[in-house]
Amino acid sequence: MSNNIYIYIFVMAGVTYLIRLLPLTFIRREIKNTFIRSFLYYVPYVTLSVMTFPAILYATENLWSALAGLIAAIFIAWKGGSLIKVSAAACITVFLVELFI
Amino acid sequence: MNHRTEFKQGMADGIPIALGYMAVSFTFGIMAKDAGLTAFQAVLLSLTNLTSAGQFAGLGIIVASSSYLEMAFTQLVINLRYCLMSCALSQKLDFKAPFFHRFFIAYGNTDEIFGICSCREGKLDPFYCYGAISVASPGWAFGTFLGVLSGSILPARILSALGVALYGMFIAVIIPPAKTDKIIRGIVLASMAVSFVFTIIPVLNQISSGFRIILLTLLIAGTAALLFPIKSEEAIENT
Repeated sequence: MSNNIYIYIFVMAGVTYLIRLLPLTFIRREIKNTFIRSFLYYVPYVTLSVMTFPAILYATENLWSALAGLIAAIFIAWKGGSLIKVSAAACITVFLVELFI
Repeated sequence: MNHRTEFKQGMADGIPIALGYMAVSFTFGIMAKDAGLTAFQAVLLSLTNLTSAGQFAGLGIIVASSSYLEMAFTQLVINLRYCLMSCALSQKLDFKAPFFHRFFIAYGNTDEIFGICSCREGKLDPFYCYGAISVASPGWAFGTFLGVLSGSILPARILSALGVALYGMFIAVIIPPAKTDKIIRGIVLASMAVSFVFTIIPVLNQISSGFRIILLTLLIAGTAALLFPIKSEEAIENT
């Protein structure tokens, strides 16, 4: 390593923070445009879905345990379970399935 | 709800995020150690960046001793999705809340915290975000610390199980609205299907996950906004 590690960390943190900060500070008012409002309203559902699937299938040591975890999570979430319950159900299911594989 | 209950709710919802973070940042800690970082440097990096893909990529650049400019550009490309998320959050925040809150919330706008904040009912109270950040961020740092210290504190089975914690949390966020709202259900299913297609079709599967998220968000949320525009103020206020 010839460069300074702290400058690297500073550059990384600075760029990442600015990307997160600028839209939050520039868009200070309520957007009236229906298309943009609707677009921004739908954004989280698309990003979270895209991030979840199929990535969850490769998040564990085994495809089948991950699939079981996914099904357990959907089931508990559909039943109205809280964030932590759904997340724990997914983890425990993966753990149990991997015990038997 | 007042700020105190919002903060507590944020902390509660931050717990699964912290657990999931630990599983990921633990691996990051191991890699940071291999890259020659001290425990202090690795934890500092995690605390100041609070992002996974960007940090892993950053390590590669540090090891290669590439230029600072290259580092900046890589971070910009990998983390550009946060820009979209911040745009969405800018409308979700209570406009009556003092402006300075936006500077603090920006720090914690990770995929996961964005996920739970943007899908809150009604307007977003900054203190809900703070509650989640106050639990998730130490989890991210602590996992990094453990990873640097030793690669063998957490058994592989536990790590594997924790690997789905964050995805489980995403599912907990998107399923309830998908259950009651047909349009959102369609969007969730379409997004997952297209995302899956993008990982199996040659050429398309060369697109990095960060760009896949941006591309599909522009495409699918844009199409949905054209087909199903939200007209009334209440529709957004009440969901």
